[in-house]
Amino acid sequence: MRTKNYIKIKNLSKSFGDVEVLKNINLEVEEGEFFSLLGPSGCGKTTLLRILAGFEYPSEGEVFFDDANVTSLPPNLRPSNMVFQNYAIFPHINVQRNIEFGLRKENLSKAEMGERVENALKMVQLEGYENRYSNQLSGGQRQRIALARALVKQPKVLLLDEPLGALDKKLREEMQIELRNLQKSLGITFIFVTHDQEEAMTMSDRIAVMDEGNILQVSPPREIYHNPKNKFVSQFIGNINILDADLKSIANDIISISVDGFGLMQLKNHQNIIESDQVNIAIRPEEINISKVSDSKYDCNFKGKVKNISFYGESTYFYIQLDNSEKILMVSTNESKETFSENDNCFVNFNSTNLKIIKD
Amino acid sequence: MSSTLQNIYFRSDQAKAYTLLSPALILVIFAMAAPMIVMIFTSFNTQISMIEIDRTFTTGRYEDFFSKPIFSMLLFRSVKISFFVTLLTLLTTYPLAYYIAFYVKKNKMLWIVLMTLPFWTSYLLRVFSWRVILGNKGVINSALMGTGMIDEPLGFLLYNQAAVIITLSHAWAAFAILPLYVSLDKIDKSLLEASYDLGNTKFETFWRVTFPLSLPGVIGAILIIFIPTVGDYVTPQLVGGTDGRMLSNMIQSLFGRANNFPLGAASAVLMLTTVCLVAALVTYITKKVSMRMS
Repeated sequence: MRTKNYIKIKNLSKSFGDVEVLKNINLEVEEGEFFSLLGPSGCGKTTLLRILAGFEYPSEGEVFFDDANVTSLPPNLRPSNMVFQNYAIFPHINVQRNIEFGLRKENLSKAEMGERVENALKMVQLEGYENRYSNQLSGGQRQRIALARALVKQPKVLLLDEPLGALDKKLREEMQIELRNLQKSLGITFIFVTHDQEEAMTMSDRIAVMDEGNILQVSPPREIYHNPKNKFVSQFIGNINILDADLKSIANDIISISVDGFGLMQLKNHQNIIESDQVNIAIRPEEINISKVSDSKYDCNFKGKVKNISFYGESTYFYIQLDNSEKILMVSTNESKETFSENDNCFVNFNSTNLKIIKD
Repeated sequence: MSSTLQNIYFRSDQAKAYTLLSPALILVIFAMAAPMIVMIFTSFNTQISMIEIDRTFTTGRYEDFFSKPIFSMLLFRSVKISFFVTLLTLLTTYPLAYYIAFYVKKNKMLWIVLMTLPFWTSYLLRVFSWRVILGNKGVINSALMGTGMIDEPLGFLLYNQAAVIITLSHAWAAFAILPLYVSLDKIDKSLLEASYDLGNTKFETFWRVTFPLSLPGVIGAILIIFIPTVGDYVTPQLVGGTDGRMLSNMIQSLFGRANNFPLGAASAVLMLTTVCLVAALVTYITKKVSMRMS
């Protein structure tokens, strides 16, 4: 079992001039974990990664690698290596020399060096590319070379700064699986920065969702998806319907709440909501069903009208205007439901247990 | 008919390129290539009197050049002085260009303009100003004498090769800064970070990444300084004294008072050949060295 926290970040803040880009960050990452920093651009995720790499120094707080304080250690003395967003392949030397670049200091024999480079190239499936130059490689190949160049140093931590951002969708999905497999087989800690929630979900052991310099939630992907801590997290991860709600009272763990479009509802209090909290009601599109007549299998049925239908192949999205509200509800289904067309009347049905109460 | 021609013209990128190029091409052919050919022909002739040149082909002027040691000596000195001018200019301007490219965050252009500001004055004025600085009654000597550190003015400051080297380095500095700055500024900063990240110190990163990537600028600066300074005859005449005379001064006098056009032309052709060889050698060596370093 992994239990050891390899990276510890304590009370870390970072300001550039008057702008505070990281606000009192506390974070622990386990050894051998695939950990993602997820957030919109400008949320501070890249700055946090650059502090881990040693390119930036925190304004306050400390960073520990394996219980050693590395806060003021320069990048060349840290047991971490980085894969850059633009790959940063040295253009004046070939692939072989690029991969050897970080090994020159390690006093390896020529044979050892050759073997390490060969293994690294094998690992990223680019054997035979030793003599190519950066401008002779495709984006995907450069990305693999950047990976090989970092991994050949056998780092304890690999830092990845949106490495898949520049690749096309198909290649990106392949690389996601490959990266995940590589990380599992090497067993080293990956810190992966991305703004793509799907990417974070498919690869990570745990995700830290960041916004405006704060870490909002650190949880495994499923936990984040099903129990988002607040409105921002719920909207950033996957699609979700958020409905305005007015909390009326809490009695015996049952919350009475007036929900826009649904009326007054009684819900179980799972999240220690107190009466003074500002809350919303949320439900994922796939947790709602659509039907011609009301369906008694579900305890909630509401009338509406189909406004739009978007067909995605594996799923179809219906946008439904509720009769009692301005709100347009997103409903997704993997059945074809061809019987509906735009402007048809319909019912949306779901179980009230699927409704999440989410703090603002 | 004309519409077909028009069609052909508008479809052909080459035709359009030559149209754009033609003014420069005409100038180069008549003002550069033609005189050059005339000069090469003249170098194989013989001056027989003040105004008469024997046009029969002879390699005599080249034999003259190599049989009189003064010519080879002056050629060697020209190359030597230019070499030191280039070296001194690079050593002084590279750090400046580096500073502007990597440390100046705002108003980089203003820095560049300020750097070239002294060069808005005339070349002659700048050379003369060095006479004012280095001369017997110049700034340095009067300051040293004023403080009582020396009793007699230091004579070795002016009218020698060192004075030529200093004056030429200053005169050409602005031309070196621009190519150096451009090549340094172009370097992707994440390449430097990648180098630190892979275990290199700042110093190692400079030699393994920054310098090799700035080589196009270095070679550009070397050629821009070396080629014109080898042929400079104004500066050696004004601050060089007899010790600082260069081959170009000799060529000037051969086309002037000494009145031996063919020998002057032969000297010029040999100088041109030397410059081309040195330029090729410099480019080759710099590339080789940088390959080894990274």
